[in-house]
Amino acid sequence: MTKLDPKIPKGQLDQKWTNYKAHQNLVNPSNKRRLDIIVVGTGLAGAAAAASFGELGFNVKVFGIHDSPRRAHSIAAQGGINAAKNYPNDGDSVFRLFYDTIKGGDYRAREANVFRLAEVSNSIIDQCVAQGVPFARDYGGLLDNRSFGGAQVSRTFYARGQTGQQLLLGAYSALSKEIGKKTVKMYTRRDLMDVVIVDGLARGIIVRNLITGEIERHSAHAVVLATGGYGNVFFLSTNAMSSNGSAIWKAYKKGAFFGNPCFTQIHPTCIPVHGEYQSKLTLMSESLRNDGRIWVPKKLEDAEKIRKGTLKAGNLKEEDRDYYLERRYPAFGNLVPRDVASRAAKERCDAGFGVGTTGLAVYLDFTDSIKRLGKNVIESRYGNLFQMYEKIVDENPYENPMMIYPAVHYTMGGIWVDYELQTTIPGLFAAGEANFSDHGANRLGASALMQGLSDGYFVLPYTIQNYLANQIQIPTIKTDLAEFVQAEKETKDLIQKLLTINGKNTVDSYHRKLGLIMWDNVGMGRNKEGLTKAIELIQELKIDFWKNVKVTGTNDQVNPELEKALRVADFIELGELMARDALSRQESCGGHFREEYQTPEGEALRDDKDFTFVSAWEYKGDNVEPEMHKEPLVFEFIEVKQRNYK
Amino acid sequence: MDLTLKIWRQASAKAKGHFVNYQVQNISAEASFLEMLDILNESLVAKGEEPVAFDHDCREGICGACSLYINGRPHGPDRGITTCQMHMRNFKHGETIIIEPWRAKPFPVIKDLMVDRSSFDEIIQAGGFVSVRTGGIPDANSIPIPRRNAELAMDAASCIGCGACVAACKNASAMLFVSAKVSQFALLPQGRIEAQERVQRMVAKMDELGFGNCTNTYACEAECPKEISASNIARMNREFLSAKLLAHKEF
Ligand SMILES: Cc1cc2nc3c(=O)[nH]c(=O)nc-3n(C[C@H](O)[C@H](O)[C@H](O)COP(=O)(O)OP(=O)(O)OC[C@H]3O[C@@H](n4cnc5c(N)ncnc54)[C@H](O)[C@@H]3O)c2cc1C
Ligand code: SF4
Ligand code: FES
Repeated sequence: MTKLDPKIPKGQLDQKWTNYKAHQNLVNPSNKRRLDIIVVGTGLAGAAAAASFGELGFNVKVFGIHDSPRRAHSIAAQGGINAAKNYPNDGDSVFRLFYDTIKGGDYRAREANVFRLAEVSNSIIDQCVAQGVPFARDYGGLLDNRSFGGAQVSRTFYARGQTGQQLLLGAYSALSKEIGKKTVKMYTRRDLMDVVIVDGLARGIIVRNLITGEIERHSAHAVVLATGGYGNVFFLSTNAMSSNGSAIWKAYKKGAFFGNPCFTQIHPTCIPVHGEYQSKLTLMSESLRNDGRIWVPKKLEDAEKIRKGTLKAGNLKEEDRDYYLERRYPAFGNLVPRDVASRAAKERCDAGFGVGTTGLAVYLDFTDSIKRLGKNVIESRYGNLFQMYEKIVDENPYENPMMIYPAVHYTMGGIWVDYELQTTIPGLFAAGEANFSDHGANRLGASALMQGLSDGYFVLPYTIQNYLANQIQIPTIKTDLAEFVQAEKETKDLIQKLLTINGKNTVDSYHRKLGLIMWDNVGMGRNKEGLTKAIELIQELKIDFWKNVKVTGTNDQVNPELEKALRVADFIELGELMARDALSRQESCGGHFREEYQTPEGEALRDDKDFTFVSAWEYKGDNVEPEMHKEPLVFEFIEVKQRNYK
Repeated sequence: MDLTLKIWRQASAKAKGHFVNYQVQNISAEASFLEMLDILNESLVAKGEEPVAFDHDCREGICGACSLYINGRPHGPDRGITTCQMHMRNFKHGETIIIEPWRAKPFPVIKDLMVDRSSFDEIIQAGGFVSVRTGGIPDANSIPIPRRNAELAMDAASCIGCGACVAACKNASAMLFVSAKVSQFALLPQGRIEAQERVQRMVAKMDELGFGNCTNTYACEAECPKEISASNIARMNREFLSAKLLAHKEF
């Protein structure tokens, strides 16, 4: 069994990053100009990294599927970004942010990485303010904070309900500055088709030009994947339509190990599913849980009446309502972490207390806050979210409580990386949601934006130099090497194959089927039987797909059906790996809830003795069982406890 | 509801386009406009025909990818929202809906309803940033910013870069888009330092790329899905004038 080396620097927790930086290799300015770096993705992680590499003087090429770097999925993040500034003087510190994040992740993340994340969090806020990000401020002109789940302090910085937009536009402006200076070259509307490995090192990529269909070869001394998460395996999720797992899946198939694939976050506050034709789900920011109270009826017969429409929520007496989060978790109440809140909603709905026409919804009620603070205050805090809700549901949330239900939102799993964010393929790095690194089995709200920008602005610009310092002798990599020719050929063959199957089922129909299998068996509640069945069903679906899918159009033009088909083909395989990982992890932790392993009160029951590790999966060939490697997690600086939000 | 769709089809940038009529049946009032197009597309694919290409991604009004003239109006009939946020309850059974791409010279059609908006990126690359490098930045609270300015900057920063303002303008002017960025930075101390250079460079780029002049009809403001205020244009004009007046080279 290969030994996975996380390359954690020696020393005390708070000295590790300082020590690393003090001793790492650097590249001098004249050599930087001669080194090429490819960055795939222009979300927070990719844009921040590319801009920073450009500033340092490297030759940077950036790729993305969008028509503009500004449209990367990070743009959609609503609620905020964490940092340990302790501006509200409420007891926050780097250590506390680190601790909350490790605990929130149910002790399945690497101590050293998470500490570094907390350590650089403050610089991120400084950086963004300097770029002109208009964060919310108080009347004295200083930065304002709000609270998010899993924390007892207010450490979340925000820009109305559009924090991701503003942070991404900040990173986009930094990237644009470098594109303007020509240190960075941007390639928009390019889909990553393969990673090219030469003599064991990542040396380039193959992309498809989404306008012309041309297959292009690009080479570099190092490649960074910052292509986001794979929540769309579930078909319905809060992710944007084009979010995909293909880039990291190609890397996996080229030998990069995949870390904790089954760790998925189901977000508790989303607008419930309404119809067959639905294309995606809409998140209602977690920040709403600051002022909204979550409840369902106490009595089954009331729930029944509400579903039939004969009883209105507002008419149900206070004593007939079950504020189940406040009841079960008095210390954190409505602000318990996401996995806990989602599971509690599912539990109530499964027991028959759900509301809405489908019974798959719970209330998020602002009546009390409106009474206490006034409608104006609520409107100034959440106006745009309320408006969004009303546009979608056609109901006024100031008058009737919102209806919400959990939905797939984020993937903690991703490409396995070491402390340097390097994958098991030398020269291939992964950043942002695409890697598995910092969130363990559950991510806290407002921590993904922090991690994306930390990776991009403050980690990769250092660690990539440690690698590139050994590459200064290597001239520009030629794209006529046999490995590039081969990778291009395989890509073309794959496309040709998809276009010629000419079956009878649409690509979307397969995606929907896969989504259902995943949601039913690899979703909020998982068990051995369901997971075993899911693996079988997915394998059958894969065979069916390659026999019967219909992809219209040709390769040499804009062809969204082909793009989708390429993604769904990868999602099917990725879904199987997720089910395998979930099956092998015989414990419950964070967002991974195995029904067989729970406490008598229905809380997740970890098995620290046997499962305190990261599972890192190695590809072994098409239709061959992958091999799991383990990276043991060693907790030197904190005590591992059962998570308790009561 | 059943609807007739009159959709602009154009095979590529160079090809000639034309309208094609399609019928869709049983569309739920709860479906979004783009979901209605998904339903049409899935039925076209099932028949072996090529689906209609359109830009979209987040489907919640924030990425700025979706576009479309719907019955002659950018982002359709409803105010203050994008095409992806519009629901079919805005339409009536039996109605005919005309769907076209943005029509503006600086946004050439790529295919069907997709257009090329990279000219917006070029304007930003010309000056739409604060020239700071990563790292070595003073504490975020070292410069307090009056809340009012921060709020106005945020209003301007809400622009999603969709291009509806250009599409709505008879001159294809990009003034609303450019002024939103210029204003955001001009209102903040961090952006003030380069305010004069920035406005000149962005305006020069905008002119170079063939965007038209502003003749103060404010169709842009009326059609902007983020309700970006035309007062930003006035602010930009002031910035631009003072930059011209004070145009000394050394600082
Ligand atoms: C609705 C919503 C709200 C959220 N709110 C918050 C929040 O309040 N706080 C928080 O901390 N987190 C939040 N998150 C999570 C957070 O937004 C994401 O985890 C984070 O933005 C991911 O950033 P990224 O840079 O890793 O990837 P992304 O922003 O997803 O960028 C991916 C990039 O890769 C490119 N790409 C993808 N696939 C390919 C391919 N095959 N080939 C080429 N290029 C490709 C894309 O074009 C894009 O540029 C939210 C997420 C969602 C869905
Ligand atoms: S100003 Fe409004 S219409 Fe113009 S690009 Fe920005 S959001 Fe779109
Ligand atoms: S699809 Fe993102 S704004 Fe409409």
